[in-house]
Amino acid sequence: MGNFRFHQYQVVGRALPTATDEHPKIYRMKLWATNEVRAKSKFWYFLRKLKKVKKSNGQVLAINEIFERKPTKIKNYGIWLRYQSRTGYHNMYKEYRDTTLNGSVEQMYNEMASRHRVRCHCIQIIKTATIPSKLCKRESTKQFHDSKIKFPLVFKKVRPPTRKLKTTYKASRPNLFK
Amino acid sequence: MLVVCPRSDGEECKIKALIDYKTLAHLIYPSVALSRPRRTSPSLAVKMPFKRYVEIGRVALVNYGKEYGRLVVIVDVIDQNRALVDAPDMVRGQMNFKRLSLTDIKIDIPRVPKKKTLIDAMEAADVKNKWEKSSWGRKLIVQKRRASLNDFDRFKVMLAKIKRGGAIRQELAKLKKENAA
Repeated sequence: MGNFRFHQYQVVGRALPTATDEHPKIYRMKLWATNEVRAKSKFWYFLRKLKKVKKSNGQVLAINEIFERKPTKIKNYGIWLRYQSRTGYHNMYKEYRDTTLNGSVEQMYNEMASRHRVRCHCIQIIKTATIPSKLCKRESTKQFHDSKIKFPLVFKKVRPPTRKLKTTYKASRPNLFK
Repeated sequence: MLVVCPRSDGEECKIKALIDYKTLAHLIYPSVALSRPRRTSPSLAVKMPFKRYVEIGRVALVNYGKEYGRLVVIVDVIDQNRALVDAPDMVRGQMNFKRLSLTDIKIDIPRVPKKKTLIDAMEAADVKNKWEKSSWGRKLIVQKRRASLNDFDRFKVMLAKIKRGGAIRQELAKLKKENAA
């Protein structure tokens, strides 16, 4: 499973109670960040855009990391995002097949960087969901919805089993077939 | 259009080119299309050159990383590069195909089986014995044995090799003598 760059956090916060408002409304947000500090910062960023509250007149009540419930089950994840390109803001819907939500979010960030040259700070995740196989939209995820899937590995890359055994020159040409 | 491939697997290259030729023959040579009745799908008369497929139940050997040398079973395919992989003494996890070497052994399991079903299927297909009897498996066992020899064992191996060489040379001398006479 391994370490993910992006972790999912649940941040709960509210405005500070004042004389006029003894019990302000409590808001909860689920977001992705590399660490807890960044998660709290992101929380205030989004909350500022939605409600009239800032970090200076608010408080974070709880921050918890959310872990994957079933990391050995393969799921289809749909991610709705809003990103900034060189010309403006766009919305996007992307699908990924992965075992964990953190893994698919990481895939998404990598793919956006490679396909659209969008860096991670220009991406806002609107919503994520596990999609049942029937409702998947993208062909590239639907092609793996086959209970009798079978394909050959066409190109076998010859790799030394440890990086220590790597050499620049080899005595014979490698056999790339099978 | 046979493509001459300078690679060692020239046969496979030629077969692939032949497949292309057969499917495009009706485009290249119109007479061929008219003389032979057109089939709806160009059925490949040539067999696929691939024998080991990534499929549910395929046994593979891990050839890189922390799990190096372990035999695992592919229980599901995540996407083009990764598979969900399981073994009797390991937590089910994902693995990149680049870390797997497919073997000839395949067992019969449903998609993502329970651990108990997997172990039973592996017993039924006798994966362990088949692997240890196969030439690949035997080579790995010998390699492991050789790596774990201590100095005294290596001394014994040296003596055994000398003895074997001596016996071979004696027989050779006998045969030479018979030939000369």
